[in-house]
Amino acid sequence: MSEQSPAVARYGHGSRIPGWDDSVDLGKDPAPVPDPATTPVPPQLREQIEAAMAKYPNFRSAAIPALHAAQDLHGWCSPEAIEQVACVMRLTPGYLTAVATFYDMFETEPVGRHRVYVCTNISCSLRGGPELLAAVQQAAGEDPDFNVRGFECLGACDIAPMASVNGEFVGPLELADAEQLVADLREGREVLPEKQLSRRACADPGAKAQAHE
Amino acid sequence: MSDKLLFDRIDEPGLDTIEVYMRRGGYESLKRALRMTPEEVLQNLLDSGLRGRGGAGFAMGKKVSFLPRGAMDKYLVCNADESEPGTFKDRELMQKSPHMLVEGMIIAAYAAGANRSFIYIRGEYELQAMKLEAAIHEAREAGFLGEDILGSGHSQTLVLHRGAGAYICGEETGLLDSLEGKRGNPRLKPPFPANQGLYQGPTLINNVETLATVPHIIKMGGTEYAKLGVDNSAGTKLISISGNVQRPGNYEIELGMKSRDIVYGLAGGPEPGREIKFWFPGGSSSPVLTPEDLELPYDFDSMAKAGSMLGSGAIIVVDDSNSVVDVALTLAKFYRHESCGKCTPCREGTNWTVKMLQRIHEGDATPMDLDIIASVQDQIMGNCLCVLGDAMAMPLSSMVAKFRGEFEQYIEEKRAAAGFGEMPEPSPIAIAGAA
Repeated sequence: MSEQSPAVARYGHGSRIPGWDDSVDLGKDPAPVPDPATTPVPPQLREQIEAAMAKYPNFRSAAIPALHAAQDLHGWCSPEAIEQVACVMRLTPGYLTAVATFYDMFETEPVGRHRVYVCTNISCSLRGGPELLAAVQQAAGEDPDFNVRGFECLGACDIAPMASVNGEFVGPLELADAEQLVADLREGREVLPEKQLSRRACADPGAKAQAHE
Repeated sequence: MSDKLLFDRIDEPGLDTIEVYMRRGGYESLKRALRMTPEEVLQNLLDSGLRGRGGAGFAMGKKVSFLPRGAMDKYLVCNADESEPGTFKDRELMQKSPHMLVEGMIIAAYAAGANRSFIYIRGEYELQAMKLEAAIHEAREAGFLGEDILGSGHSQTLVLHRGAGAYICGEETGLLDSLEGKRGNPRLKPPFPANQGLYQGPTLINNVETLATVPHIIKMGGTEYAKLGVDNSAGTKLISISGNVQRPGNYEIELGMKSRDIVYGLAGGPEPGREIKFWFPGGSSSPVLTPEDLELPYDFDSMAKAGSMLGSGAIIVVDDSNSVVDVALTLAKFYRHESCGKCTPCREGTNWTVKMLQRIHEGDATPMDLDIIASVQDQIMGNCLCVLGDAMAMPLSSMVAKFRGEFEQYIEEKRAAAGFGEMPEPSPIAIAGAA
């Protein structure tokens, strides 16, 4: 049956994992827990995963921290990354793929290393979030180094419209900032330093009141 | 005394370090609490009338009292997943005063008899996670976490757990599954987490703001704290205001403040020349209110009486430059994206609502579709495992009900623009086919 169906895209090693919207190859056995003898794991990654596993009463809780660590190393949750986590955690790659595909921050396809999440949820969309996303996408163009995507509410509606650039929240952004943002990333500069949320004071005027003990 | 509790001089440099926090009287409440019995601490929480700040507004003391007594593995989990659109209060608190949360968690765990505690922070909050990690480390070094804290016999561990981007993990049982290393699917309730939660053990789950309030309750005494605010809505509340206002941001208010004073007084109201069309009083999941409702006091009961809810305290203001249909579509798309897919009404309901709104948007709908949208919301409401489905159904049905005229006008205009303006004369063949 599988001979007749059209050829499907496969990753380098022949597996079609991951990709939740791919149809399942029912002729294939589920992947077993990887054999440590044949699955090389970078020592640093192993250390991070084992440290995470030690923090919880049940080692399985470390699935998300471990996938974070693997993604940091590999750039995305590649089949290789999943195999390595599975090997250290003694879980099946299928289980970890199921976890990875559930969460928005885990990439199941190769992506650029500059993470730009532009919020398009309600508060940002009232202030031009979708237009900002289009502007950033245009500024980044086809550059494979960029991973620009619309994201659900990032919890920074006070600086709407905003974006999370490699984890740093910046806003309120104007359409003209898109070029600057992309240029800053390309040239390895700090991104829009004056618009970083971490430097912003609380909006509440009462919170600024000084020392009355 | 400043009238701020949580936001008192929040921008003071170095407040995220234990030195400055302790110089300002930090961890004094912990010391006081540990001199009391857990029952006395619990009594203070009950007396305070503190209601959960995460959205549901359940009395915190009561939640603690639901946990079984006796020696067993009990857990405290802080819900720092803050993903409700429009909500960003916990972010500022954790970033600028992480020790307040840590202190509150130790006191709450002492009252509940929990020895293992976790903070589940959403993955997108990377800076805040770093600050908390540092604060936990400092607290451990100072002997506030670990074995036999300050000679009280109470031992506690605290682990920071970063999520990876899923709104549903703000739902308490979805959060527990996620913390156990699974997909964040909500569980069937009962059993409630107080009986069977994390790792099947009794678990207390509270929002960041709720737990950060605990040191202040201990410092003031529960009955004194209860004097703040109004009946049945005690204390202060962090309000996140966003959308079409001039000064969006976080504000700490005493509950019962007039809504107009918040939206116009604190946040400056809409841009000059604009009028408020409607507002969400408690995050995007709360039914919308109209400008007339701004006269209401902002507290749990008043919002409930107006047919909405205080929720997480996130006010989103929408002015008259925006179409209600666009807002509805943005919202529905969000809930469709975040529906975990475990139960049918939510998975299908969010999907169909988006499809129907998109049809309206493209000029391919008739006013009758509004009735179908409303009936889909009715089918979702109360029929799901968790409240995510309801969280879309509530605002959506309130929008359709309160702005039906605008929806209809929008439908007509879009139909005209798309060339569907005139209903075509039914052809004889079609009539014959129908018969």
